[in-house]
Amino acid sequence: MPRRHLRIGAGAGFQGDRLEPAVVLASQGELDYLVLECLAERTVALAQRERLRDPSAGFDPLLETRMEALLPIVARNRVRLITNMGAANPRGAGRRVAEIARRLGLGIRVAVVTGDDVSARIRHDMTTLESGRPLRDYGEIVSANAYLGADALQPALARAADVIITGRVADASLFLAPMVYEFGWKPDDWDHLARGTVIGHLLECAGQVSGGYFADPGLKDVPDLAHLGFPFADVDSDGFGVISKVPGTGGAVSVRTVKEQLLYEVTDPTGYITPDVVADFRSVRIAEVGKDRVAVGGATGQPRTETLKVSVGYHAGWIGEGEMSYAGANARGRALLAAEVLQERLGADIPSLRIDLIGIDAAHHTSFGYPHDPYEVRLRVAGRTETRDHAERIGWEVEALATNGPAGGGGFWRHVSDRIGIVSTLIPRTEVLTAAATVEARREAKAR
Amino acid sequence: MKRKLASLAHCRAGDKGDTLVLSLFPFRDDDFPMLAEKVTADAVRAHLAHVVKGAVLRYELPNLPALQFVCEHALETGVTTSLALDPHGKTLGYALLEMEI
Repeated sequence: MPRRHLRIGAGAGFQGDRLEPAVVLASQGELDYLVLECLAERTVALAQRERLRDPSAGFDPLLETRMEALLPIVARNRVRLITNMGAANPRGAGRRVAEIARRLGLGIRVAVVTGDDVSARIRHDMTTLESGRPLRDYGEIVSANAYLGADALQPALARAADVIITGRVADASLFLAPMVYEFGWKPDDWDHLARGTVIGHLLECAGQVSGGYFADPGLKDVPDLAHLGFPFADVDSDGFGVISKVPGTGGAVSVRTVKEQLLYEVTDPTGYITPDVVADFRSVRIAEVGKDRVAVGGATGQPRTETLKVSVGYHAGWIGEGEMSYAGANARGRALLAAEVLQERLGADIPSLRIDLIGIDAAHHTSFGYPHDPYEVRLRVAGRTETRDHAERIGWEVEALATNGPAGGGGFWRHVSDRIGIVSTLIPRTEVLTAAATVEARREAKAR
Repeated sequence: MKRKLASLAHCRAGDKGDTLVLSLFPFRDDDFPMLAEKVTADAVRAHLAHVVKGAVLRYELPNLPALQFVCEHALETGVTTSLALDPHGKTLGYALLEMEI
């Protein structure tokens, strides 16, 4: 019998997200499903590099920490857990989760969804969506992962897995998948898929719909931001949902927080493309129905596209950075003099060199006519280079300002990192084959 | 008398590659027609000329109500390769709110 109602919680909105709100949701949220979304654009590419160094690695570095804290609670409360923490190695992540469950004396079934890694199908003449140029114009390719949809999770859900581990899956699809499974929505039921996608999209950044990335003191106040509660949605089989959070947690779910998150990162609200559907937000209605309870519904859907988006990671060289502070009288003038010195010494070799005055124009390239100079200014210089040596030079030149630059420079800092860039391309759905495998973790006798 | 958008509306910034997405919501729903009239795509392009190097596309969502600005070539190639202090452009919502109308 298809269900009529589901409660789905969002226990992480990015890789490094807080752990405790997920623990609160799992233990007190009376959830059916808990979803942890932990993969940013570049995360899979970085993980793929880890996996090349060590074939057993390549999944989320916080997998163990999160699972050790959450598995005993979700097993006790019969909450099914879905996460993309598999990153570049979902199978390895699945085995590790099973090991942790055994160690904790839990009998659970773990399912692993694969097929997002399409690196074998990438051709250098494929066109990138960002620039229209072919992939060969970018650096050496590190990874290529297709954004899978809710359909890829259906076999794992049907096998009654307690924990489902994936690699790259579109964020909203992680949440849509249990709705499709439990409500029995058809693959071409576009309006329901669009409504479920809206709920998934609202939840995918976790705390960003429950008061995070929102507060502005005096104007948009949020209570107890230090203990922000993560959201859950009560969804019905028609795709209407109420966004809420566990009573007693910090933060707020209001019409305003929900509106802001509805449009977050949406490049076309009349046709929001996911692997599952093309959703139109123009008919979405949002209304407060109680304290920290906001009802959302009414999106419409059009058929899904015949292609899937692929995120391609490539080597993008090195970035070198350096910083130095100046404070007191003429702080800006001394920082500008230091900038001149750095431009003179580095500019010819590092054409990408960028120099900012933090406190004045670093964030927006202007301060929109704000009349007063700040009391202190932090000089920041950054440049993209082909080699590590060139990137190192940037920080050294900033360090050298300590004794060779303007008066009163202090608090020097430098950093070098290699860069993985991301570009996107499209691949026909027919070239992406997904699979689900299960790993059982049997409860050990001594734990009974 | 001119007023800053910051006193009339709230804004959230998001990124998709090199595209900056700015969502603008009036504090009072009644102000939506006025915002829709004054905060045009061209006005936003001019106001953010230091940042946005490509086209600005505006979507109107009277159902929320909200205006959505999709700004191309605004993030110095995007978060993965940008040299900016704020490579996602998360602070840029407050750059839009500096606009006077």
